[in-house]
Amino acid sequence: MTARYSSFSLLREGFRGHRGWQSAWAKAAPQPAYDAVIIGGGGHGLATAYYLAKNHGMRRVAVLEKGWIGGGNTGRNTTVVRSNYFYPESVALYDLALRLYEGLSRELNFNVMLSQRGMLIAAHTPAQMEICARIANAMMLNGVDGELMGATDAIARLPLLNQTADARYHCLGGIWQGRAGIARHDAVAWGYARAASTLGVDIIENCEVTNLWIENGAVKGVATTRGEIRTERLAVAAAGATPGLVAGAGVHLPIHTYALQAFVSEPVKPCLDTVLLYLGTGTYVSQSDKGELVFGGGLDRVPTHGQKGNLPAQEKVVAGLLEMFPAFAQLKLLRQWAGVVDVVPDSSPVIGPAPGVEGLYLNCGWGTGGFKAIPAGGWLLAHLLATGQHHEISRPFDLERFISGRLIDEAAGAGISH
Amino acid sequence: MQIFSCPFCGPREEHEFLFAAEAGKVRPEPAEQVSDEDWAAYLYHNHAPKGASREVWYHQTCGTYFLMTRDTVSRDVEGSEFLPGAGA
Repeated sequence: MTARYSSFSLLREGFRGHRGWQSAWAKAAPQPAYDAVIIGGGGHGLATAYYLAKNHGMRRVAVLEKGWIGGGNTGRNTTVVRSNYFYPESVALYDLALRLYEGLSRELNFNVMLSQRGMLIAAHTPAQMEICARIANAMMLNGVDGELMGATDAIARLPLLNQTADARYHCLGGIWQGRAGIARHDAVAWGYARAASTLGVDIIENCEVTNLWIENGAVKGVATTRGEIRTERLAVAAAGATPGLVAGAGVHLPIHTYALQAFVSEPVKPCLDTVLLYLGTGTYVSQSDKGELVFGGGLDRVPTHGQKGNLPAQEKVVAGLLEMFPAFAQLKLLRQWAGVVDVVPDSSPVIGPAPGVEGLYLNCGWGTGGFKAIPAGGWLLAHLLATGQHHEISRPFDLERFISGRLIDEAAGAGISH
Repeated sequence: MQIFSCPFCGPREEHEFLFAAEAGKVRPEPAEQVSDEDWAAYLYHNHAPKGASREVWYHQTCGTYFLMTRDTVSRDVEGSEFLPGAGA
């Protein structure tokens, strides 16, 4: 069987009728006990399992997924990766993720189709340009590539942008990050799953955790739809499902859950070779390798756990797209969907031990921006699980910040109004 | 477009409304004696319930805060009422 992907193995399998490929990851059945269990088989959970095995040598590890791998927000986002945030703590976190993304295809032997085509956050008022200058300066001070781009350069990158005399928004420039781009979201989940499985991690799908088993303030295991599993180290990487999972353990979180919608048009020839977020409309858009326009905007403003969007938000996002690119009005929408995002008041994630429960660790609160952070979220959660201690990059994101008041308010960096 | 009911104005389109908070939170008093933990819990802790939910909403066009009972999965709305001590 062919396990490793290369141009040679592709050629050989081509001659053999592609009968020799083995499954990307093993369909594991739950064992009675593990050294560590991770709830949530999305990008963050799978990356956590991979780095636990790779960086910390822990192999008796299980990932429990209630549905299928990558079927939640990992497979529902608009695939943008970037680290153009404001605060040093955030840049340390998101740029760790971006640096890991830059080496991920080679690391995992799985093509995640990272395309660093750059991202422009475009401004259309002098006030917005001043804020853009402030953020670009902060990015440079924090040591990541960011620059304030003028109108001429920005418009040159957006040939279809409406700049006629009667256009509502005239682009004045904005923040440019050349290392930002897109990656294939499914491939990130599958790549981590495959690499973790190769290292001995059990990836268990269709296994929903129904209860946490806590004794004397310490984790003892979980009850699942496929039986009880014992463990003393438990991580929850379940986005909007996290509050419901940990409430029984007396852990309360500053999370509201909202639907965030995304849209895909019919495929067209290449017409947009960067990622664009337009401050004037709140709509962001990129073009996939297949030619589809992938776009989205703000949250639905109604708290929900239903993975479907509402019409007012759809109308606003589509109107924003057409305001920027009137030519896109000719396109048909192929698909529209929503994911349930876990939004916290400062638009920064929660990474750290759950207060009051020994052995329970959290990775949640990514809101609308979890995909770009997958490698870092996994790296840091694995560090917590293996050592019981914060990594220096994750410490500022501990839940304790809501008591101390040291919030990391990335309302602007999140890009989507929370 | 979903229709929500303001207890003052009656049924209106959803974009006139803003979600304010989960219902049932009691502000801890007196402020000088409230610990940081209790204050943070009051400000930030949510249940984010999956299913039946009771919430405080704000009707922007008339300025009324009110209680709404609804389902966060099916989006069915059971009803709206004035906050205790408010309204008619």
